[in-house]
Amino acid sequence: MNAPVHHQTLVTPAHPKALASGQFKVTARDVDVYYGEKQAIKDLSIDIPDRSVSAFIGPSGCGKSTFLRCINRMNDTIPTCRVTGDIKVDGNDIYDPNIDVVQLRAKVGMVFQKPNPFPKSIYENVAYGPRIHGLATNKTELDEIVEKSLRKAGLWEEVKDRLQHPGTGLSGGQQQRLCIARAIAVNPEVILMDEPCSALDPIATARIEELIDELRQNYCIVIVTHSMQQAARVSQLTAFFHLGTLVEYGDTDEMFTAPQEKRTQDYITGRFG
Amino acid sequence: MTEVRNELVKKRYAAERRFKFYGAAALTLTALFLAALLVDVIIKGIPAFHETSVEIDVKVDPADVDPANLPGGNYDKMIKEAFRAEFPEVTGRAEKKALTGLLSTGGADSLRSMVTADPSIIGKTVTVPVLLGDDADLFLKGLLTEQKTVPGKATLHIARLEGEEGFVLTGDTTGEAAEKQLGLTPGDIVRFKGGAVRVTGVQNGYLKADPVLPPDPSVSMLDAGQWDVVSFSVPEANRRINDNQALWLDQLKSEGRVKNSFSWRFFEAGDSREPELAGIRGALIGSLLTVLVALSLALPLGIAAAVYLEEFAPKNKWTDLIEVNINNLAAVPSIIFGLLGLAVFLNFFGLPRSAPLVGGLVLALLVLPTIIIASRAALKAVPPSITEAALGVGASKQQAVFQHVLPLALPGIMTGTILGLARAFGETAPLLMIGMVAFIADIPQGFTSAATVLPVQVFLWSDLPEMAFKAKTAAAIIVLLVVLFALNAVAIYLRKRFERRW
Repeated sequence: MNAPVHHQTLVTPAHPKALASGQFKVTARDVDVYYGEKQAIKDLSIDIPDRSVSAFIGPSGCGKSTFLRCINRMNDTIPTCRVTGDIKVDGNDIYDPNIDVVQLRAKVGMVFQKPNPFPKSIYENVAYGPRIHGLATNKTELDEIVEKSLRKAGLWEEVKDRLQHPGTGLSGGQQQRLCIARAIAVNPEVILMDEPCSALDPIATARIEELIDELRQNYCIVIVTHSMQQAARVSQLTAFFHLGTLVEYGDTDEMFTAPQEKRTQDYITGRFG
Repeated sequence: MTEVRNELVKKRYAAERRFKFYGAAALTLTALFLAALLVDVIIKGIPAFHETSVEIDVKVDPADVDPANLPGGNYDKMIKEAFRAEFPEVTGRAEKKALTGLLSTGGADSLRSMVTADPSIIGKTVTVPVLLGDDADLFLKGLLTEQKTVPGKATLHIARLEGEEGFVLTGDTTGEAAEKQLGLTPGDIVRFKGGAVRVTGVQNGYLKADPVLPPDPSVSMLDAGQWDVVSFSVPEANRRINDNQALWLDQLKSEGRVKNSFSWRFFEAGDSREPELAGIRGALIGSLLTVLVALSLALPLGIAAAVYLEEFAPKNKWTDLIEVNINNLAAVPSIIFGLLGLAVFLNFFGLPRSAPLVGGLVLALLVLPTIIIASRAALKAVPPSITEAALGVGASKQQAVFQHVLPLALPGIMTGTILGLARAFGETAPLLMIGMVAFIADIPQGFTSAATVLPVQVFLWSDLPEMAFKAKTAAAIIVLLVVLFALNAVAIYLRKRFERRW
């Protein structure tokens, strides 16, 4: 059995700015997640600062995606899934029965592994979220939101002349950026990305990574990735998951140069996983 | 080693070839059966799409038409009188009856509509196409008997037997058998100007004959070419047109007054006891009304049930039980649904018998499981990433389902629904139980008027003894198949048109 992880220091001196102001966007304490009888996450606690990129790494089946999907309660869609412990966004318990999950997901957006634009026009893809949340009162405002979101996602120049074309007609990388624009359009504060580049070629991946770096200025980004190079490139903080536990969470540069745990070192040097 | 391996490879290829052969053989056999069925139905049904009428010059007698009530005039009498006047030599009561019996009982309809449309023709003589009866129609289409007409080859002497009705026929020379000389056998009809006689037997080198159309008494000798031998493959006793009638029709035909035209009547008329007047409009409208009721009930109910079961219902033993029983319902014999309809809709709720409303209710129950199963399969085929994407931007479950999943599943749902409707369209058994099997001559006016449906009409006609209804049956089958093929084509088109790949 693994030794229990103690978390007096949930964040190693990583992000001085965030730590200094005490701005933790997402905090989790003693989270356990079960799929039926099987426990997927054991006793996990973490503090994720705002305006930064945190990367979750670890071997397949270690629970990193599961935890990510707990943060906007996407796991609710799996009937056998059970979550205990506290997860707070901006200090509000998101598993509180009084919390409106729809509002939560507007605040905590998500980008998935495979680009999944709606089989509708590019415009409709982006406009859908603002429309159901009533963020625009008229067509002009909606047009503005669409343009702003596509600009932020770095897609505007490529698609501005074909907004009415189907979103599924774009290339894989463009589709993923469209999905990011769609997530941004509802003004989220946290963006969860579940292996956003795993279906993309290196050039598209580089484009998305640049984008993530830009978005860091305004959002709290949590990204699950299988690529340690990607984690090293885009993130300021890295969390290493193994067998359902959070082994280590801290400054990315330190993590990759001088990890505190042996298991982390074994993983990042390619001894397992 | 290699030999063993080669042996194995050979066996494997042989097995593959055998399997391909079995598959091709089975397919060919099926195609042959299907082709045979279709060809048979089409060959038998084509004649029903044509009708035969005869043009008669009719004097529209002002005495028989009341200008205030044009449709009520005695057109039947005018037509019959005009037709009899064409054959002045027909005098006997029985013959006159046989002559007018060639015309359809609805033969006067064309004159009635002509006069109603243009009353100025009253008192004038007009040429009217008069519909022939079913037997005359079949005879002229060559479906009752084959007819062979050969010109006479030798000189024919004809003599009246003293004190008897009959005649004696002989050739030119005596001594040689007349039957060989003239090329006649008993049953043949000798037709010549102004008359016809039927050979009844051979006696001492001459032929005895009976009159069919009374010949001119002055005729005693006919040269070759002045007479014809008419013979029918079916003996007179076994056909519904006797020799006289056959010769009259032949005469009308040779005068070019028999018209064969497309039978719009078949698509415009309701059912009738007279085959030449019977049409499928009543059954077609009945089918449409019934299917409309079935569709408007089964589609919303089916989709709602499928959406709830697939997307919202908790997965527990109750929903499992419901799912199993929906599948069971799809396998219940359709007549059971008919009994259910009889017990519930007719006996308990007291809805009208034979009505498209009840038929539609029963068919809705029948196709509901099919629609639910097809819709669930279509909903299941929509990738979960679409639902996730919608939920991810903060859509509620209901918004995700109704704004994203359902529209994507709709082509599949439509395909399933159309195939279910095609089944409902061809269903007979449950409708028998609720009384949609009655003889209904009127075209249904609404959802509660008595009606029948196409497959039931096929069933009804196939049961009738008149020969002409055989063709009508086949023709109704053709119409039914055309409608079903059209429905399936729409289903395939929808699937191809809106099919999405992810």
